[in-house]
Amino acid sequence: MLVAAAFDFSDFMQQVVSGLASGGIYALLALALVIIHRSTGVINFAQGEMATLSAYIAWTLIVNHGWSYWPAFVVTLALSFAGGIGIHRAVIRPVERGSVLRIVIVTIGLLVAINGFVIWKWGGEPQQLQGPFGTKTYDLGGVVVAAHDIGTIAVALGIVGLLWLFFRFTKVGLALRAAAVNPEEARLVGVRVTWMLALGWGLAATLGAVAGMLTAPTVGLDPQMMQAVLIYAFAAAVLGGIDSPIGAVVGGLLLGVLLNMLSYLSQYGAFDWFTEELRLPAALLIILAVLLVRPTGIFGRPEVKRV
Amino acid sequence: MLGANGAGKTTTLRAISGTVSRSGTIELDGKILKGGPEVAAKSGIAHVPEGRGTFVELTVLENLRLGAYTRRDRDVKADITRVGEYFPWMVERGGQRAGTLSGGEQQMLALGRALMSRPRLLLLDEPSLGLAPLIVREFFRIVRELNEKEGLTVLVVEQDARIALRASQRAYVLEVGRVALTGTSDELQGDESIRRSYLGY
Ligand SMILES: Nc1ncnc2c1ncn2[C@@H]1O[C@H](COP(=O)(O)OP(=O)(O)OP(=O)(O)O)[C@@H](O)[C@H]1O
Ligand SMILES: [Mg+2]
Repeated sequence: MLVAAAFDFSDFMQQVVSGLASGGIYALLALALVIIHRSTGVINFAQGEMATLSAYIAWTLIVNHGWSYWPAFVVTLALSFAGGIGIHRAVIRPVERGSVLRIVIVTIGLLVAINGFVIWKWGGEPQQLQGPFGTKTYDLGGVVVAAHDIGTIAVALGIVGLLWLFFRFTKVGLALRAAAVNPEEARLVGVRVTWMLALGWGLAATLGAVAGMLTAPTVGLDPQMMQAVLIYAFAAAVLGGIDSPIGAVVGGLLLGVLLNMLSYLSQYGAFDWFTEELRLPAALLIILAVLLVRPTGIFGRPEVKRV
Repeated sequence: MLGANGAGKTTTLRAISGTVSRSGTIELDGKILKGGPEVAAKSGIAHVPEGRGTFVELTVLENLRLGAYTRRDRDVKADITRVGEYFPWMVERGGQRAGTLSGGEQQMLALGRALMSRPRLLLLDEPSLGLAPLIVREFFRIVRELNEKEGLTVLVVEQDARIALRASQRAYVLEVGRVALTGTSDELQGDESIRRSYLGY
């Protein structure tokens, strides 16, 4: 009995760790969605495809040009950052003054365009992108964890931490927040708002690039790779509160663990009808439930306005 | 700057800070102002718009830091201390979200934030709007002190002609977009017929 319990616990912990790893990826992409939603006011439907494109760029550098992983990682982030700014200036900014619907339609168009480009350039068949952490596993007191999972969690949390420092303590980070919540006022204090919004797109693209590069080693690099992840990121962002960066991170981690728990419990008889195929519907159910029960999510707060 | 509702007072300030499109020229220290509000802010114009311009989602300290956005030097801390001398509560409650401040406090914060840019010209649009008389008096006392001690030029739009004339040196009365009357504040205050026909008290 005791042995069985101990076995359960380590198995349980393994599921938690791998849940945190996929949750970390959802968190990064959710954070990207939140940044753009706060500044541009829309959900960027192209966020997943932008991440896929970044992963392909990394793959090209590593496989075709023989780069080692980390230099390729850094250059991919830099290119993605520039690409995000470019997308804002080229296709978002021209429609920014119109209704929100126009921007949404443009992001959907962008989704299709990037997806088409990726297939045209690299073909539709899956490719192999090695992760930087290898396939080793570690035994931590009976809990077997994959190096890739630990690395993913570390990178995700590291990036989130850096971003937090940036928004909290730097002048540009503060200006970006100001431009997002109150553009008119921000211009009055001298902030160049359109550049700040572009910067927001750059950051979102960079976060997506990290998510894409961390996703590819486990699910395989293919043009559709990020589509499910984007749904999970939606769920994470809604769960945490669509305007809350902290919410996106907590929502992402929570969702990753929650979905793994459902799979885990199904092995033990509870929810035994729950199979892998139901992960996406479960995420959509979470989106629906949160929107109905608590539209502001866990961390969102209703707008404070003094009149 | 005084005038009836719709006389164009707000529009005048907005023209100066570049938040409306304009024709003709506006000069500051002999230099023609061109471009939008970012440029105006950079040339030393701080505009506190009608209805308290604070970032309600950000904290008091973050609002102050944003006020110093156009400045390149690193003396922001010293200026927060300086603003704290006028408004000690801003430093004590620096972490509070501006949206949760009272109306009077938000108006003071808007002023404090404007000071952070070390402006050469401060534009205030109806700062007394919706504030209790005591707070209004305190507000104008501080503005006056800034003018006298630090040599800050202030252009204030006010409905309350009495308090505005007492705090200022020169006055302009607008009527449908034009300056109908100008003179020193003492002259305007002293002239019974002007007071009755233009200022309404
Ligand atoms: N020079 C101008 N040319 C054309 N339209 C103007 C001009 N000045 C003001 N207006 C128009 O007059 C209207 C009122 O202007 P404004 O808001 O500046 O008035 P105000 O004096 O600030 O009034 P209030 O006391 O109600 O705040 C606005 O519709 C504005 O567009
Ligand atoms: Mg006005």
